[in-house]
Amino acid sequence: MTDVSVVAERGKVSQPKSILAIDARTRRRHAAEARFRLMGKIAVAISILALVGLLASILTNGLTSFRQTYVTLDIYLDPAKLDKQGNRDPEAIAKITTFAYAPLIQKALTDAMAAKGIAVEGVNAKRAVELISKEAPATLRQYVISDPAVIGETISFDLLASGRIDGYYKGRVTKESAQLDRNISPEQLLLADELKQAGLLATRFNWDFFTAPDASDTRPEAAGLGVAVLGSAYMMLIVLVLSLPLGVAASIYLEEFAPQNRFTDLIEVNIANLAAVPSIVFGILGLAVFINFAGLPQSAPVVGGLVLTLMTLPTIIIATRAALKAVPRSIRDAALGVGASKMQSVFHHVLPLAMPGILTGTIIGLAHALGETAPLLLIGMVAFVRDYPAGPPEGFFDPASALPVQVYSWTQRGDPAFVERASGAIIVLLVFLVAMNLTAIILRRRFERRW
Amino acid sequence: MNNMSATITTTISTKAPAMNQPKISARGVQVHYGDKHALKDVSIEIHPRSVTAFIGPSGCGKSTFLRCLNRMNDTIDICRVAGHIAIDGEDIYDPKVDPVQLRAKVGMVFQKPNPFPKTIYENVAYGPRIHGLAAKKADLDDIVASALQRAGLWNEVKDRLHAPGTGLSGGQQQRLCIARAVAVSPEVILMDEPCSALDPIATAKVEELIHELRENFTIVIVTHSMQQAARVSQRTAMFHLGNLVEVDDTDKIFTNPDDQRTQDYIMGRFG
Repeated sequence: MTDVSVVAERGKVSQPKSILAIDARTRRRHAAEARFRLMGKIAVAISILALVGLLASILTNGLTSFRQTYVTLDIYLDPAKLDKQGNRDPEAIAKITTFAYAPLIQKALTDAMAAKGIAVEGVNAKRAVELISKEAPATLRQYVISDPAVIGETISFDLLASGRIDGYYKGRVTKESAQLDRNISPEQLLLADELKQAGLLATRFNWDFFTAPDASDTRPEAAGLGVAVLGSAYMMLIVLVLSLPLGVAASIYLEEFAPQNRFTDLIEVNIANLAAVPSIVFGILGLAVFINFAGLPQSAPVVGGLVLTLMTLPTIIIATRAALKAVPRSIRDAALGVGASKMQSVFHHVLPLAMPGILTGTIIGLAHALGETAPLLLIGMVAFVRDYPAGPPEGFFDPASALPVQVYSWTQRGDPAFVERASGAIIVLLVFLVAMNLTAIILRRRFERRW
Repeated sequence: MNNMSATITTTISTKAPAMNQPKISARGVQVHYGDKHALKDVSIEIHPRSVTAFIGPSGCGKSTFLRCLNRMNDTIDICRVAGHIAIDGEDIYDPKVDPVQLRAKVGMVFQKPNPFPKTIYENVAYGPRIHGLAAKKADLDDIVASALQRAGLWNEVKDRLHAPGTGLSGGQQQRLCIARAVAVSPEVILMDEPCSALDPIATAKVEELIHELRENFTIVIVTHSMQQAARVSQRTAMFHLGNLVEVDDTDKIFTNPDDQRTQDYIMGRFG
């Protein structure tokens, strides 16, 4: 009886309805969807704005570091000062310090100004030479030591302008700010303008930024990324060579061969946890194990590489296991069904199909490692290093810096010119990261094409 | 109904001669998946150079039993097999038996066509290559060609052996998988619902192929299609809830089964 009444009720509800009129419930469902879409759009817009803001601030601060102001002078390399014995003995020349070179530069500048008829009131020869970087005599000395035959000749030389003059042409220093500045006076800026008009001073692309080593606090104009780029490259090499085979082998074993028991479950949980361990903890581990216990040198790329390998391994293992899991069971069955051994089925069929995922995971892990700073601070890679590490493999044990650490140490320094350098270094780092991610995408595409 | 009786007559006419020595004999096979008792005391004899069909409703254990015959169940951690299965009188669960070697002797074709994502040639050549069946490239070419011919695929693919196997149609892919199994020269071929993913025309081709393969191989086929069992097999085994209900000549199962459950299943009363 009840059944009949229910059926009757239902019959009443389902009156024939027009599909041309939208009922309230459908309208509410559409409204919910529209709200969700709007929120999604807002979220995307916020992320894009944040990214654009970040990039814009880095680019406006940092792009200027790729240009540098130089003063071009014809310098007479006076044998009376640089090689008193006159026999071009390299050892004797190497003993001459930068103090002997500074007057040569000052004389060259005075002569050049006299020749062009440039003179600014209140700027004597001693003040005028302050326009040129304190690094210039050292650069000149290095040039002479590398080729003593040039002594006695007059060489046209591009000398770094001082950080303040460089800043003047990049808008960081103005005549007003110069009045309050101990290091530069408005008259000196006036002289710089005159020199520029005479063609002795110019701003152009700064290759030295990529190749030069770091410089001291008073010489921001000379500071470059050379040692940091080398150090980072060495570390990436170590991380790649160690973590890819180790990580892939571990994942294949865990995913395909290991028995499912408490012990492997424990390993699995630990790997997942390791991926979430703060990177500075790995730095402490590296300090304790690799430096204090194993006795490896401080500040060396080998230690940095090992620490970053430990950090990258969980990422690679997790990515690789996910890639292996994504290979359909039917492929394994097919291989086993024709009598392939477990290992043959994995290496002939499963691994090639998982390759794009493995490569993507590895490169993302590497990119992560490239940008890692905290653990490197603890193993001493934040040291001020001016000597390039040797070529690999000996260079792995030489002190070096790393790109993110260089950014960190430059932001710690007082001179505003270093802020510009730090932003420039961030741009270089970002270019590397984008390049690595692009490689990941290209590799994935290429391997996926092979059905 | 008319159709069905017609096919049954053909099966009777193609019925294999009586066998005295079974190719596969199973006694008291029990399979557990974890806590689930999937197969209960199955004993059956499978005759050489004939087609044996396993029928029964879903989850009745027919695929499980099929996978016991080439120890594919070994790859599942929670699966335990007890009892005795012998091929040509040799116990395949003997500790001395290497399942890898066994699977060269007992080939398998799966429910969904699963060609390797490689060329047609590589798909067929893979088995012979890992088993070292060909000394030279020319030998391997011969094996591939004859396997594809036996699978009735040669004329369709001979001009594009180096095209991807996954680019073939579903039916062609399944015949490629059969060629892949045949290329290793097995003695037994297990087929787990080989036509369930195929359209009727592709199914007809595979069934025709099974007829031809019967001359050289012992074939065990799991199928959900009663008509298919009637068309291709000489003997039929009916499974229900992990039990082997009955096994007999196909024409007898489909005309006069001993067990009421077989009768009901064939008539479509359950399953």
